[in-house]
Amino acid sequence: MAHMMADSSPTTGLKQRLAHPPTKVRSKFVRVLRAYPLVFIGGLMVLALIFVAVFADKLATFNPNFQFANGLAPDGAPLAPNHTFIMGTDDLGRDVYSRLLFGARVSLEVGVFASLISLFIGTTLGIISGYYGGFVDSVIMRITDIMLAFPFILFVVALVAVLSPSITNIFIAIGVLGWAVTARIVRAEVMKVKEFEYVQAARALGSRQWRILFKIILPNIMAPVIVLTTLAIGNNMLLESTLSYLGIGVQPPTASWGSMLSEGQQVFEYAPWLLYYPGLALMLAVLGFNLLGDGLRELFNPRRVR
Amino acid sequence: MSEALLQVRNLKKHFPIRKGVMRRISGQVRAVDGVSFEVGAGETFGLVGESGCGKSTAGRSILRLIEPTAGQILFGGKDIRKLRKGQMRLMRREMQIVFQDPYASLNPRYTVRQILEEPMIIHSLFRSPAERQKRVAELLETVGLSASRMDRYPHEFSGGQRQRIGIARALAVDPKLIIADEPVSALDVSVQSQVLNLLDDLQKQLNLSYVFIAHDLSVVKHISDRIGVMYLGQIVELGESDQLYENPLHPYTQALLSAVPIPDPEARRERIILQGDLPSPANPPKGCYFHPRCKDCMEVCRTQAPEWKEVKPGRFVACHLYD
Repeated sequence: MAHMMADSSPTTGLKQRLAHPPTKVRSKFVRVLRAYPLVFIGGLMVLALIFVAVFADKLATFNPNFQFANGLAPDGAPLAPNHTFIMGTDDLGRDVYSRLLFGARVSLEVGVFASLISLFIGTTLGIISGYYGGFVDSVIMRITDIMLAFPFILFVVALVAVLSPSITNIFIAIGVLGWAVTARIVRAEVMKVKEFEYVQAARALGSRQWRILFKIILPNIMAPVIVLTTLAIGNNMLLESTLSYLGIGVQPPTASWGSMLSEGQQVFEYAPWLLYYPGLALMLAVLGFNLLGDGLRELFNPRRVR
Repeated sequence: MSEALLQVRNLKKHFPIRKGVMRRISGQVRAVDGVSFEVGAGETFGLVGESGCGKSTAGRSILRLIEPTAGQILFGGKDIRKLRKGQMRLMRREMQIVFQDPYASLNPRYTVRQILEEPMIIHSLFRSPAERQKRVAELLETVGLSASRMDRYPHEFSGGQRQRIGIARALAVDPKLIIADEPVSALDVSVQSQVLNLLDDLQKQLNLSYVFIAHDLSVVKHISDRIGVMYLGQIVELGESDQLYENPLHPYTQALLSAVPIPDPEARRERIILQGDLPSPANPPKGCYFHPRCKDCMEVCRTQAPEWKEVKPGRFVACHLYD
């Protein structure tokens, strides 16, 4: 932070510009990291999550779905964290640590794929709506209004119920239904950007429509969209947990953070670790994506970082 | 004047006003309402008028950035309104535009090199990267910027430098005509003259024709050979720049010119203050559009639109005073 303040003081700024001194031009990447250390932390958290999800089977100490005979106390209560089960066991005698690792897979998969589906649908519809306007715009925006007016969870629950619950169907449902916000933001950005004179200049130069849409407008609207998508990954992870918590997410015995919370709450009073670990994991994962999203916004702004 | 390069005949652009749920057209904004003028090769035609008079819309309609409602735009004898897409794309090499706001007219995500290469890529002008780089450097030198700065982003340049980049982009396709849409009104006065001189030099070097749109009369006088004065979507007076300034015929031109400051503290002169605001182009006054604000308003002006006529060779005016 001290570094940032020094840079923004007017005297140094002026001196730098007058003297053209950048003897060693540090890459933009490094400059962003130094100016916004939280991005770095967010990025590390996300990387850690990805690492854990990818190598869940290597990192796990046990089979996540195996019910250990020695995983329960004589009275049938779950075991508190100990040497064998480092995060304890759940009420069926399964290893919480291993389940948490495999749960990361589910969470990340749903979060990322659902967001990508929404990104694709939302961006496509938003660009069409914003660039062409008129009747097409009205139709798309009315559909968007309906999507946003309908209680989202109910919508997803209904769709998952129709498709039958599975990881794939969850992210399809979330993705296919969750594009409305993206479409609105993309539309607004396109409408703003297309009036800029550099777009007019491209038209005056004879650019074809695809060139204007994809090489001029798209790069100029991507910053908020990527930020939104990153934040949406976190949100969709939460949503998967909600669905699993409600019992229409992943089906037992598959572990997901939401289903772990759901199962854990029944024995919460004497086995609180069943809520602590998945809750903490979920919080950190969402926080990581949010920090990363904020940082990306800076990275994509050519003016902000010097 | 040599053979006219650009002939604009009775150009009109009406924007529909839509109202209600059904988006029915309830009226028309007559932004440009019958504008005619010619620009010869190597000539500068100035288009002046207050904000909202339709001069920018006229400029953009000529390039079909805004599709005109009616009229003819003849460029080298060809009506560009009749051109199909592909032909129009070729035609765009002939006519270019320089915008008012140098902060909005350059893509913030492209480096200067990319901005200047874009027109070459669109028109497949210089195919190898080395040739393109050479051409970019050449263009930058032409507009007075150092070629060593081509890999910088627009935000690293000042307003005047950005405007030079905008001019270089317009020159990249070797146009014959440049529509300069208030190219200096967003710049500091000291920088204005530099950019004006650059435009002047380029005109001499490359035999360019300009349509120079501005609201600043002294700027227009400095650069234009002939001037058209626009009011509410129409040209009310047109003539050689010196003549028009010395002897303005239309009362609106007289009022405009009386507002130009004279750099002489001793000078005495009567200011003609225009009463009221520019009327809405959606609902223009009957008769002569200017009559509610005119100091010489006569009975006939309220009912009859004045004819556009040549009062002296090369001098046109639309006013009942000269009937």
